Amino acid sequence: MSTAIPSRSVNSIAIAGARKGTRRDSLTRASFVLPAVLIILLLSIFPLLISLFVSVTRLQFVPGGFELLFVGFNNYYKLLFGIDQGRFLGKFGTPDALGWLVLGVIALGLVYWVGRAVRRGRVTVVGLVGRIVLAVFLMSIALLTVSTMSAGGRPGTLWVTLFYVYVGISIQYLLGLGLAYLCAQHIPGRRFFRVIFLLPMMITPVGVAYMFRMVVDTNKGPFYPVWAALGMENVSWVSNPWSARAAILVSDIWQWTPFMFIVLLAALESLPVEPLEAAVVDGATRWQIFRHITLPALLPVSTTLILIRMVEAFKIIDLPNIMTAGGPGTATESMTLEGFYIWRALDIGGSAAIAYLLLFIVTLLATAYANLVRNQVAVQY
Amino acid sequence: MKQKIALGILGVLTLMLVLIVACGTPATPPPPVVQTVVVPQTVVQAVKETVAVPQTVVAQQTVVVQQTVVAQPTAAPLQFAGQTINIVTFTGPQIAEPLQRRAPDFEKLTGAKVNVITVPFSDLYQKVLTDASTGTNSYDAWVFDPQWMGDFVTAGFVEDLTDKVKSDQALQWNDIAPFFRDFSATYQGKVYTIPFDGDFHMLYYRTDVLGDGGDKPPETWDEYLALAKKYNGKDLNGDGKADYGSCLFKKKAAQSYWTITDIAASMIQSQGTVQGTFFNTENMQPLVNNDAFKRALEIYNETGKYGPADELNLDVGDTRGLFTAGRCALGIDWGDIGSLAIDPATSKVQDKVGATILPGSKQVLDWATGKLVPCDDKTCPHAINGVNHAPFAAFGGWSGGVNKNSKVKDATYAFLSYMSQPAHANVDVTIGKTGFNPYRSSQFLNREEWVKAGMSPKAATDYLGAIEASLNSPNMALDLRIPQNQYYQQVVLDQALAQYLAGEITAEQAMKQIEEGWNAKTDELGRDKQLAAYKATLGVTK
Repeated sequence: MSTAIPSRSVNSIAIAGARKGTRRDSLTRASFVLPAVLIILLLSIFPLLISLFVSVTRLQFVPGGFELLFVGFNNYYKLLFGIDQGRFLGKFGTPDALGWLVLGVIALGLVYWVGRAVRRGRVTVVGLVGRIVLAVFLMSIALLTVSTMSAGGRPGTLWVTLFYVYVGISIQYLLGLGLAYLCAQHIPGRRFFRVIFLLPMMITPVGVAYMFRMVVDTNKGPFYPVWAALGMENVSWVSNPWSARAAILVSDIWQWTPFMFIVLLAALESLPVEPLEAAVVDGATRWQIFRHITLPALLPVSTTLILIRMVEAFKIIDLPNIMTAGGPGTATESMTLEGFYIWRALDIGGSAAIAYLLLFIVTLLATAYANLVRNQVAVQY
Repeated sequence: MKQKIALGILGVLTLMLVLIVACGTPATPPPPVVQTVVVPQTVVQAVKETVAVPQTVVAQQTVVVQQTVVAQPTAAPLQFAGQTINIVTFTGPQIAEPLQRRAPDFEKLTGAKVNVITVPFSDLYQKVLTDASTGTNSYDAWVFDPQWMGDFVTAGFVEDLTDKVKSDQALQWNDIAPFFRDFSATYQGKVYTIPFDGDFHMLYYRTDVLGDGGDKPPETWDEYLALAKKYNGKDLNGDGKADYGSCLFKKKAAQSYWTITDIAASMIQSQGTVQGTFFNTENMQPLVNNDAFKRALEIYNETGKYGPADELNLDVGDTRGLFTAGRCALGIDWGDIGSLAIDPATSKVQDKVGATILPGSKQVLDWATGKLVPCDDKTCPHAINGVNHAPFAAFGGWSGGVNKNSKVKDATYAFLSYMSQPAHANVDVTIGKTGFNPYRSSQFLNREEWVKAGMSPKAATDYLGAIEASLNSPNMALDLRIPQNQYYQQVVLDQALAQYLAGEITAEQAMKQIEEGWNAKTDELGRDKQLAAYKATLGVTK
């Protein structure tokens, strides 16, 4: 006996089976993803939300334990406008004519930049809002920089952090690129140098901080004979605001240049040789090859590298804490170090507020950087 | 007739003594560790010695070296077998070292295992409070700063030890100097901690340097500056390098804020300990925006001219290293320099270090006007030679407190008692690396231990005499012990001070900044509540 099955029914069964399979697949996929999602929720999102709550509270001890008293945005207000403003934002001086000129140029540049995006009409509403927020933020930073650098002014922890991040990363990138370029050449002992250049990155930041504390101590320690021979035994690097910042910057550069070096070296060694050979055949100089072939080819890696370092560098704490304790005064104090000192005195609400401001700044700058620079580079190359 | 009265009194006293011995001993339940304690007997043997002292410093003097023989407590064998005590303190070697060293002996004696957990000093406050306030209770005891008691007692984290210490004969509670017993260990009339350490600041000077220069130790801060200036740049240890007139720890986020109080207290507090030096006891207004505090800031800043180039980056460990290396003519420190200076392994100034009460001032603050006025009988009733001294009990001395929620409270108390008993403590205070400074009367009397440890009888007399002079001062300045004192001192005061010393702000700006910061915190926590706490700490004096 044979049974003819209508084609419609076959299709229905097949579709139903496919649906069942899809559902099963979905469940399977979800069950695989779920643990990771739960872990992220537990370890990242939950603390993030809790610390947001903590940033609008004040801890106080009560019989048997503690309570978190809701204080609204008071912790943020203290940092931006209240008694902690001098430490966080710095002391504002009065800009001179040059300062106002610089501010005017920056303001015009930012207006032009936003206006150009609108004129081109390629920007979405979200993109436009993002550009305006970024422009306002950058203008605020410019204003902060000019006014705190003016006569009677003094930079706060926010500016000092930005100084460590951007000056430090720029130098690290240039040095890392230079060293990588050298080690990519067929020079004797290049394998040895690769290992040597990597060593600083292997040392814990606290170790680096103690080491550099000894190095910059001109009055005692292993480097004393060197400083004494140079007649600098009574010079203190860490008692002057700018030399103290420089000492910390040098330590940070020493530690993190290897990170730039190793990634850029890998990128350099993986570049295709054909364009280089073609350029050589066409008679290009070494500089022309580097400028027009090597550097553009490195840009995608470089932008990602800078993004990673930028996010990491904002969290600098070990070096200023060990080397100078944020001193002299507050000259070398980073935002994280300020937060740490306040947290140590159990003002966890104030400390969480600093952490959230840092999170806002890092997110804003990293998102803007990723959208405006990295994506552009990725499209171009 | 008089003889009869005297005999009568003697008879009554003898009778009372007999009654106490006869009734008291069996009736009092013995404390855990010291169940079969032999009642300590102190035998003082006086040995006289004549020591030649450089003529220029002090005339030849007779030094009394006294020996105290203290009976060893006997513990109940293995009474706490199987129990584990977790104690937290700061990363050693100081303070943690004696706890770790004596823990195995205690275990042999009682069976209780002691784990000493160490964390950096800067993290200790928040670590122990977080642990207790969240109910984690990882620690059975804390060896910590009695300044923090305001936070611990208010929240009810720390066990009341009043009855225990008073019935613990081996602890010899009354042998502990009244200041540490009644101030450091006590809060609002109840005993919460057992002292291990006697802390306050003293002035240290090089006896050989000042002697050769025909100078006496400075009595005022102006004299301190003059001497620091005189000896700065001279080679003080014969290594051919220029050394320093003054070495003070001025590093930010370290101990600097205690030193400014050393100077300011001598000008702000003149009417005795109960007057206080931080706030006006009428309205809790900070005493930091006046001529006295301004002068203190100026003096503190000027000492920098006669110190190491990187003094702003030196903490107490650094200055101790410099002092014992013979590189400083003058310095301020807790009692540690005394014992570190006799350590032959590290010290180049053995028997060349003198100690004396902190310098004072001939002018003091008129609290009503905020101006400095000259010392007279009314303004400076406790002045010595017309100089108002206010020796500052900075920190208050490391002490042990028992966690109220500990499951091994008796064993924990027994260990803290064991550490503080004279048989152990009187040896530990003579060892530099313990970080423990004298705090018991027997430690002042028992100079034999100090001589055994390497101090000359003259140096022992000098050192212990300076401690006694400070402790006996009716104008001793108490450290701040109100809730969240860490924020007042380590955040607000320390930051303003660091900024002023670095030249970021002027003295006036620093004073205004401290005043605003302290007032903001006081208002935040409740002015009346904070005032009550402040007055309560000042009310407890010797």
